Amino acid sequence: MTDITAVDAVGLVKAFGRLRAVDGIDLQVQQGEIFGVLGPNGAGKTTALQMLATLLPIDAGQARIFGVDVAREPHRVRQLIGVTGQFASVDEDLTATENLWMFGRLQGLRSADARAAARRLLAQFDLEEAADKPIAQFSGGMRRRLDLAASLITRPPLIFLDEPTTGLDPRTRGQMWDTIRGLVAEGCTVLLTTQYLDEADQLAGRIAVIDRGRKVAEGTPDELKASVGNSTLQVQLAEGADQELAVQVVRKIAGAEPVLTPESGRMNVPLDTADRAADVLIGFRQAGVAITSVNVDKPTLDEVFFAITGRGAIAGAGDGDDPHPAGTGTSEADAGHETVLEVQ
Amino acid sequence: MTTMTAGLPPAGNAQLRTVDPAAAVARTRPRTTGAETISQTLIMAWRALKKMRRNPEQFFDVTLQPLLFTAMFAYIFGGAISGNVHSYLPLLIPGIVAQTVLTTCMSTGVQLREDMEKGVFDRFKALPMARIAPLAGPMVADLVRYLIAAGLTFVMGVIIGYRPGGGVLGVLGAIVLAIFTGWALAWIFTFIGTIAKSARSVQGISFLFLFPLTFLSNAFVPVTTLPGWLQGFVKINPVSHLVSATRALADHGVVTGEAGWTLLACLAVIAVFAPLSVRSYRRRM
Repeated sequence: MTDITAVDAVGLVKAFGRLRAVDGIDLQVQQGEIFGVLGPNGAGKTTALQMLATLLPIDAGQARIFGVDVAREPHRVRQLIGVTGQFASVDEDLTATENLWMFGRLQGLRSADARAAARRLLAQFDLEEAADKPIAQFSGGMRRRLDLAASLITRPPLIFLDEPTTGLDPRTRGQMWDTIRGLVAEGCTVLLTTQYLDEADQLAGRIAVIDRGRKVAEGTPDELKASVGNSTLQVQLAEGADQELAVQVVRKIAGAEPVLTPESGRMNVPLDTADRAADVLIGFRQAGVAITSVNVDKPTLDEVFFAITGRGAIAGAGDGDDPHPAGTGTSEADAGHETVLEVQ
Repeated sequence: MTTMTAGLPPAGNAQLRTVDPAAAVARTRPRTTGAETISQTLIMAWRALKKMRRNPEQFFDVTLQPLLFTAMFAYIFGGAISGNVHSYLPLLIPGIVAQTVLTTCMSTGVQLREDMEKGVFDRFKALPMARIAPLAGPMVADLVRYLIAAGLTFVMGVIIGYRPGGGVLGVLGAIVLAIFTGWALAWIFTFIGTIAKSARSVQGISFLFLFPLTFLSNAFVPVTTLPGWLQGFVKINPVSHLVSATRALADHGVVTGEAGWTLLACLAVIAVFAPLSVRSYRRRM
């Protein structure tokens, strides 16, 4: 049997008091893939991951890791997974080598084997020079690497990564991505959470978008981005410009529905290619729609979110979005709205 | 992204496809064995000892308190209670031993609480390890602290003129009994550590237990000097049994029934509070 599903979760629920942090999520992760769970802060990503990793009790629903039931046999599941959280879970009072040795010993390695594993991992993660330094002197990137190394001592077949690159500089982030790809090349399965569409795009074969404890979309990165175009034209209409007319122009020329953002007179136009932006702008001029600023960019998570849920993704981030769109013509923020891109 | 990946090669191009999930599932075991539990506890004790060595200020209480309290109590109460300092010492020293060991085991709970807030405990929870190991490990390491506290009290006593009638063996017996009692009672404070909201509240709750237990006992004064209603409590207080047993060992070199009662009380405390602590620790995750 080589194709047992790595993660098979049905109807996961976690409630904290009256808040349903995870409200009925299904996840299927196949062996050998990188599966991304994408969503803003507070969407329930981490909570879902912690339930799968036996760190939080499952309130309702069922989860199996390689066929082993998480709620019934947590001890078995813990032998199959490595968990790296958002905050480095290594011992600040010990050195890097001591940390890895201790985690190896705790998982049943003999002292010499644990020392060999520690040496191997420190070399692999470029931490040899810091091997005997206390963790307190480590940079953020070094801590993350040590943390990931600590999850790999016994070579578990499934790795949970909770926002593995949040807070890392771009270079370290690129290194972390390569390391994660390397794990999969070894035969590991990776389930990672992220706030960055870019990261999910780079790494994941499939992505589930989570919002308010529910899965609102699932698909490959391409399918997901196709829902918002490959490129986005952001236009600020001049004061008094005819918004209705602008929407009609966009429909005619780009063949897409513009997304009105919370700031009045501002709209995002999904485009197949960035080149189409010029056509839209020419269309505006011919129709007499005045604009004050223009920007062409790759779609952001915020736009994917906006397209899927009809409201801003990252509350309070960016330019202080009002959670409810001010303009008309946008779908109202309805919680139950679900766009399943791929039915599994 | 064309990042330079110098120094951080992909995880394992040397051994491609080395992870076999089916084999890993077949290798899993349903629970930790007794031998694994002991080995994991000792590894956690190793960790606690490393931390102690790197934070020597943790030893302030176990070194300063016995020295200070022994001298202070001897010179302040000696004359009033026993006529002079010298004849008060056989009464006082075993009392101080009991008191310092008890205050030492209070810090077990405080330190556990502080420790549990650290990120590394998240990893302990995610590892397939015995749930008692992170609790019992530091307690094993704390045996060193009890040894220092009890030993120093006797040393200080001898310096100011205490001559234990029980000899070396009697004193050693007294120290071993005090250490075991401290270790057993520490489970109470470990339990408080797992239920309290913060290290500070552990300290608060612990003092609430500690002060009546140590002062409402025969540790510092002869019981006959107390009012009748108080004598009743003092006689059932387990600390009184420990103090009486320690006195008999250190001062006379004899093992009395008090030692038996002390051991019995210790076992009862372990039997109740060890499972409670593990359960509450497990629930917190």
